[in-house]
Amino acid sequence: MSELLSMTAVAARAGLAQKAFSARELTEAYLKAADDTAALNVYVAMTADKARAMADASDARLAKGDARPLEGIPIGIKDMFCTEGVETTASSRILKGFVPRYESTVTARLWDAGGVMLGKLNCDEFAMGSANETSAFGAAVNPWQATSGALKGKALTPGGSSGGSAAAMAARACLLAPGTDTGGSIRQPAALCGLVGLKPTYGRCSRRGIVAFASSLDQAGPITRDVADCALMLTAMAGHDAGDSTSLSAPLPDLESALTAGVKGMRIGIPDEYTLDSMNAEIIALWQQGRAWLEDAGAQCVSVSLPHTRYALPTYYIIAPAEASSNLARYDGVRYGQRVDGATLDEMYAKTRGAGFGDEVKRRVLIGTYVLSAGYYDAYYIKAQQVRRLIQDDFAKVFQDVDALLTPSTPTPAFALGAEMDALTMYLNDVFTVPANLAGIPAISVPAGLSSEGLPLGLQLIAPAMREDQLMRGGAVLEKAAGFTHIAKGAAA
Amino acid sequence: MNDNTLIEGKNGQWEVVIGLEVHAQVSSQAKLFSGASAAFGASANAHVSMVDAAMPGMLPVINRYCVEQAVRTGLGLNAEINLVSIFDRKNYFYADLPQGYQISQYKQPIVGEGSISITLPDGTSRDIGIERLHLEQDAGKSLHDQHPSKSYIDLNRSGVALMEIVSRPDMRSADEAAAYVSKLRAILRFLGTCDGNMEQGSLRADCNVSVRRPGAELGTRTETKNLNSIRFIAQAINSEVARQVQILENGGTIEQETRLFDTSTGQTRTMRSKEDAHDYRYFPDPDLLPLNLEAAWVEDLRKNLPELPDALRARLMEQYGLSAYDASLISEDRNTAAYYEKAAAGQDAKLVANWMVVELFGALNKMGITLEESPVKAEELGQLVARISDGTISGRIAKDVFALMLESGKDADAIIEEQGFQQVSDSGAIEEMIDKVLTENADKVAEYQGGKDKLFGFFVGQVMKASQGQANPAVVNDLLKKKLQK
Repeated sequence: MSELLSMTAVAARAGLAQKAFSARELTEAYLKAADDTAALNVYVAMTADKARAMADASDARLAKGDARPLEGIPIGIKDMFCTEGVETTASSRILKGFVPRYESTVTARLWDAGGVMLGKLNCDEFAMGSANETSAFGAAVNPWQATSGALKGKALTPGGSSGGSAAAMAARACLLAPGTDTGGSIRQPAALCGLVGLKPTYGRCSRRGIVAFASSLDQAGPITRDVADCALMLTAMAGHDAGDSTSLSAPLPDLESALTAGVKGMRIGIPDEYTLDSMNAEIIALWQQGRAWLEDAGAQCVSVSLPHTRYALPTYYIIAPAEASSNLARYDGVRYGQRVDGATLDEMYAKTRGAGFGDEVKRRVLIGTYVLSAGYYDAYYIKAQQVRRLIQDDFAKVFQDVDALLTPSTPTPAFALGAEMDALTMYLNDVFTVPANLAGIPAISVPAGLSSEGLPLGLQLIAPAMREDQLMRGGAVLEKAAGFTHIAKGAAA
Repeated sequence: MNDNTLIEGKNGQWEVVIGLEVHAQVSSQAKLFSGASAAFGASANAHVSMVDAAMPGMLPVINRYCVEQAVRTGLGLNAEINLVSIFDRKNYFYADLPQGYQISQYKQPIVGEGSISITLPDGTSRDIGIERLHLEQDAGKSLHDQHPSKSYIDLNRSGVALMEIVSRPDMRSADEAAAYVSKLRAILRFLGTCDGNMEQGSLRADCNVSVRRPGAELGTRTETKNLNSIRFIAQAINSEVARQVQILENGGTIEQETRLFDTSTGQTRTMRSKEDAHDYRYFPDPDLLPLNLEAAWVEDLRKNLPELPDALRARLMEQYGLSAYDASLISEDRNTAAYYEKAAAGQDAKLVANWMVVELFGALNKMGITLEESPVKAEELGQLVARISDGTISGRIAKDVFALMLESGKDADAIIEEQGFQQVSDSGAIEEMIDKVLTENADKVAEYQGGKDKLFGFFVGQVMKASQGQANPAVVNDLLKKKLQK
């Protein structure tokens, strides 16, 4: 069993092709692993029957030599993706009982590629959070545990919002997991759980059928065990979709060949502004180590400046809530999900939304409503859009000189669940990841080492729009140099 | 300023200022952002896609055909076409607005400034400015009368494409507003971009009305929503003007508010006041990219526009010598113009126009039917006029013939034949009748010959009566004059 659970998707694909094991066996191993790790609260719904039927269909295809790119690979789905016939709640009470009659484009592409659906994974409510603590299902738990220090013995966050997905991946309760990333929701949990997480160029993956948080920032991407799996999975997920007006039509570069292209001759920028006073010394050391690894592999690293980076977080916390306040207006109790009756229509709205949304969602809806209001719009929303433009311009400028940027993924390793943290401190988790969302450019987090407490740390590479191939080149080099082979203590065996 | 539009008040004149926002449904098979059918009249919620119902994760995709119709309409309004326009979200909560926002265009509409020329009954023309035209989605419909305590929602209209056409506050009377809507509707119909069926809700108007002392600053306006006939528009404006003048003359002030027109009373009433006005929190819809049009594509649409009412009207005046007013009435509708041109072929074109505008339209109006349903076809009207022109019947007899045509559906020649309506132009027969009349009225002949010239008309009348109207009046005149001189 543990052999099946320890493979990457690329290795499992080879094993299936060689008939070393069947898709059904692989799926059963993961269904059991999901059961064994139930205490982590990662799955909010299991679709075991569906998984077995899909696995059997994959075996039939494998037998015919008709295998597709992800044939028989067990996948866990973040609850932000609408899945036909399977309850989809975005981890919110307001969507309790909502069963879509349609499949998101991204998950449909995964199934078309042969993937096997294991179930739906916990996340922050409407993907708003960095610790998976805003979920109506309660927090998912990180299978990693501190080996020493203050955090030892404490349940840790897997990060968020794709916390359930990252925790399930680290716990070996699924082999691939698509996430969504609005401000770091793929990369931050991937970093905190020792995984690879990639946010593609805005528009690479269709948003159709993904519960919307902030439309101009939301982007789906892979969470995987290694960079090669990431290339495999993104190739399956990405592609133009006429059902999403912001979907890109440009083809994805050849990611597989980029995996072995190396970084020789690449120029890598190290942005000055990503050094924070509050930053953990271990993170700084790891960042320097990452630079050395890239240089050793033949890249040239240079210091660059992104002067408007310091405004990225406040800009994000105006634009994202503004869009969210409007995107979440449809959850009104009229057509689907939960309704709490009231004497009048307005009272029904107030009661439904009051009971259906959690505190963080309410906070962001209020902020968003405020910044779009007459009299405040110019000072907040318009100003934020202007700053967003400056941040985009910063990146455009440095990418005239360098091929990619190297930064830490997060300012700290995983922290304890239930740690009373004010919203602003929590928002700081995304300080390194948010700029790529604002600029619409691709970025990857690669596990690069363990903190002194034995917790995973990630390094982030950011590339110009459309250049996911450069993330593969740099990511593969960092991955190889780091030799990150650690396994979470709470993983299924 | 046009003085004859001023309202006489208790203590001086008032000027009425009117601006209209017309919502015209794009004639499109599919909705603006979803593939669902936009057809009218289906059972409730039969035409609703996942996008229209605002299901989670569903996204809008613009319908190219609707964009094309908006651009063609803009071109027909002599308006500026904005090659880049932006879709915005207008946020408010209502049960029949599934997304919680309407996708509309706020700061950068697809069509900018243009103008419409209207012709008034006195034959004068005025240009009414168009401020903008933008594309937006319609909302669904709330049904409050289906259940004692519940409201039902029908989303068939949710997402249907509308063009909102906003005028400048250039109109000064209900008549001008009515003429504006008629003309706008004609242009839309000629273009085929909106069917203009007001009773089905394809065309609705919001009327912004204010009054002021002539030449003074603009007064506070009210907006009366959702008027679905030209008659109601005129009624609502007149009632609103009367209400505002009365308030102002009694020393009151006008509240800026949204009002509703009650068709049963012909009055407007408050719907919501300014304090309840929504803050719509407009912002660019992040699900949609800016709409970029190619200049060459727009030019191509411009080149292929059909003949529009103004060009048709000018041609009717030029080609057929019609008066401005007749030409504008006939050019209001493409079918009307086609009817006219068919009827006028080879005939006295002005006479045909006169018959059409006065007799035919009058009769159809009375019968409550449309031109398409007219029992008198274009060729038949032409034939009737031909019989007047060639002297077979007089204009007066023609009215009788026309009445019988309407009634029986037979053509003029058949009726003239059946009824023996042929005009008598035979001077021998007319002379006989004249002699008889003059003999019977010898006293009047003497008076006439004694200088009472006015009696000539009496003799004409008597002769015509004797002929049962069938004598050719010109011949009667001629012969009478000769006989009386003797």
